[in-house]
Order: sequence, then structure tokens, then C-alpha cells
Amino acid sequence: MSSTDAMSKRSLLAAIADEDSITGLLLAGVGQVSGEDGKETNFLTVSPDKTTVEEIEAAFDKFTSEREDIAILLINQHLADLIRFKVDNFTNAFPAILEIPSKDHPYDPEKDSILKKVRRLFGE
Amino acid sequence: MSGAGNREQVFPTRMTLTTMKIKLKGAQQGHSLLKRKSEALTKRFREITQRIDESKRKMGRVMQTAAFSLAEVQYAVGGNVAYQIQESVQNARFKIKAKQENVSGVYLPTFDSEINEDINDFKLTGLGRGGQQVQKAKMVYTRAVETLVELASLQTAFIILDEVIKVTNRRVNAIEHVIIPRTENTISYINSELDELDREEFYRLKKVQEKKQINAEAEEAEKAEKAAKSAKPSEKEADSEESPEEATSEEQSQPVDTTKQLDDEEIAKEVEQLEVGETQDLLQEKEDDVIF
Repeated sequence: MSSTDAMSKRSLLAAIADEDSITGLLLAGVGQVSGEDGKETNFLTVSPDKTTVEEIEAAFDKFTSEREDIAILLINQHLADLIRFKVDNFTNAFPAILEIPSKDHPYDPEKDSILKKVRRLFGE
Repeated sequence: MSGAGNREQVFPTRMTLTTMKIKLKGAQQGHSLLKRKSEALTKRFREITQRIDESKRKMGRVMQTAAFSLAEVQYAVGGNVAYQIQESVQNARFKIKAKQENVSGVYLPTFDSEINEDINDFKLTGLGRGGQQVQKAKMVYTRAVETLVELASLQTAFIILDEVIKVTNRRVNAIEHVIIPRTENTISYINSELDELDREEFYRLKKVQEKKQINAEAEEAEKAEKAAKSAKPSEKEADSEESPEEATSEEQSQPVDTTKQLDDEEIAKEVEQLEVGETQDLLQEKEDDVIF
């Protein structure tokens, strides 16, 4: 099955998050840095003043559409809010997009695109 | 929507009727199978939804603990540890292995975390101070990411199941509300058309019989007239004349008439049988037709 092949290739986690979350995730060992073109890093550190929304969008597109070795994309919820339309419109199963809380922004289940869907399904 | 006029364009024959009946049966069977599939999937879907809801909330707590342990690291190491960590990343220690699970014909992916203990990019991190905290943060974050991976596989299953259930329900509804009523309409159309043909045939036979009866009566009357005429002139000649006349007339008519008469008789019999057997039914059917 072709989907099996496509799935077995996907073995990495990617992250778009602020510095603290990235540091933690890297400590857990999700980081992969390779010299290959277009696959330099699988994480984007977002610093509040320096990183623009366009850069976040570009990284999101790269992790979701271009790279085929990413199984899960972790994104801070407050950053997902910045590109909410993109996150909500992404309906593919792969990679799975997971909104995670950051240190400074507590997790709000109301905003999560998946939980929104869940709530819509159960008519709440 | 699927009114009485909605039917397939077919020729009303008995063969098409059989085909349609088979088709209806197949559609019904497929409908019940698909319905069961959709129910099984929905059950699974609800389970997953519940678990997603739970683990999303759990994730919030786990990430909080993890962030706290990172703060401990920063405090213990003193200074910015993030830069050092980001610079020393080389290869992923934490990888994902995707597996497939089959739920009533739908392949759901599940992610398993796979940790390669040989890779350690942070050997020197916290060498001076806070090595213990770094180790602890590493463990806590590893566990947190494991939770995240679990959640991600649930979420992927959720998305795929959502899609599959939608498709299945669409098919169930299409069969239930379009295909089955249309096939039923076609069947009833063919049935009514065949009944109509039956009635026509019956009416035709009756008409034929009526004609035959009139003809037979006319012939009888003619014969009787002839007999009366021949009897009038002379009674003596009657015996001698009648026999040859009859013989000739019989000879002339025999080759043609016998077959005809046989046919007539058969048809008459058939009609009688029909009348005895079916008049009641046909009359009733006609009443039905008027009512419906």
C-alpha cells in the first residue's frame, strides 16, 4: 500500500514554538539537523519580536506540505492563533498538527481546532 | 424528492422485473452492511473523541510540569541554556514509528515513540552546573512528548475516521433514499404494466369468443333455415337428397373447418377457464387499481 510507504517515511516530529518550548522539546531529543537542502532543521524558534507571521506561515507550509519525513507538527497555541486560518484549513491526516501550550500562554481548549470540531460534532 | 415518477428507464418485461428484484435485494443487503459499518465506526469514533478530550486536558498539565522543570534547569545552570541546547542538536533521538490498525476496513495510523538511546547531543550541557536538573528535564520532556505522540495518533485517527464516516453515511443515505425507492418504483411500474397486458389479453380473448359465438349462432340459424327449406318441397326426396348434400357440404368444409373449429373450441375452453379462474382476481385487481 502506498500510504504505508508514505507513513513509514514519516518519522520525525517538527515544532514551531517559542524558545522555551523548543528548548524543552530539543532536550527530549526531537531535533534533527541535517545539511540537506530544504531540510536544515525540523524546528522553528519564534522569538516574539524578531519572527514575523510570514515566517511562521512559511515554516508551517514547509513542515506540512514540502517535507515528507514529518509525522507530527507541534505548534504553540498562541502561534497557531496567528495562523489560525491555515491551521483550521489543514484537513490532511498527515502530518498531524498538535497545538501545545507554552509557558507564558496557558492552554485554552476552546481554541483548539480539533476540539472545536469535536464540540461541533456533539452539538455543544 | 423520490416521487412516484422517479424510476429507471427500462422495458417492462418479466426479465427486467427479475433483474430489478435482484437489484433491490442487493441494494438492501448493501445498505444493511454499510449501516453496520458506519455504526461500528461511529462507536470507535466516539471512544476516540472522548479520549482526545481527556488527553488534551492531560497534555496541558504535563506541559506545565515540563515547563517547570525547564525553569529549574535555567535556574541551576544560570545563564542562557537554550542557546547551548539549540546549537548542540544533531540527530533526532526521539523518532516516530507509524503503525496501522484496521477498524472495519479502515486503516487507522497509530504513532509509536521510538527512542534511540545511543544518540545524546547534550553530553556537555550542564557540565559545569545543574547536570542533574538537565537530566531530569530531559526525562520529563521525553515523557511529555510521548503523551503528545499518543495524542497525535488519536487526533489522526479522529480526522481519518471523521472523513470515512462521512463517506459511509453518504453512501448509506444514497442507497436508502435514492436507489431503493427508485428500484421499488421501477418494480411497481413493471408490475402494473404487466397487469395491463394481462387485462388486454383477457379482453381480447373474450371478444374473440363473443365473435365466434355470434358466428356459430348465425350458422346454426342458416342450417336450420336450409333444413326447413329442404324439408318443405317434398318429404320423400328429403332422405335421398339430404345425405349427398350433407356429405358434399361436409367434404367441402371439412379441411378448412375442422382446424378452425378445433381452434375455436380450444379458445372457448381457455376463455372459460380464464373466466372461471381469473374473473374474480381481475375484477379485484381492477378495484385495487381504482383505489390506489
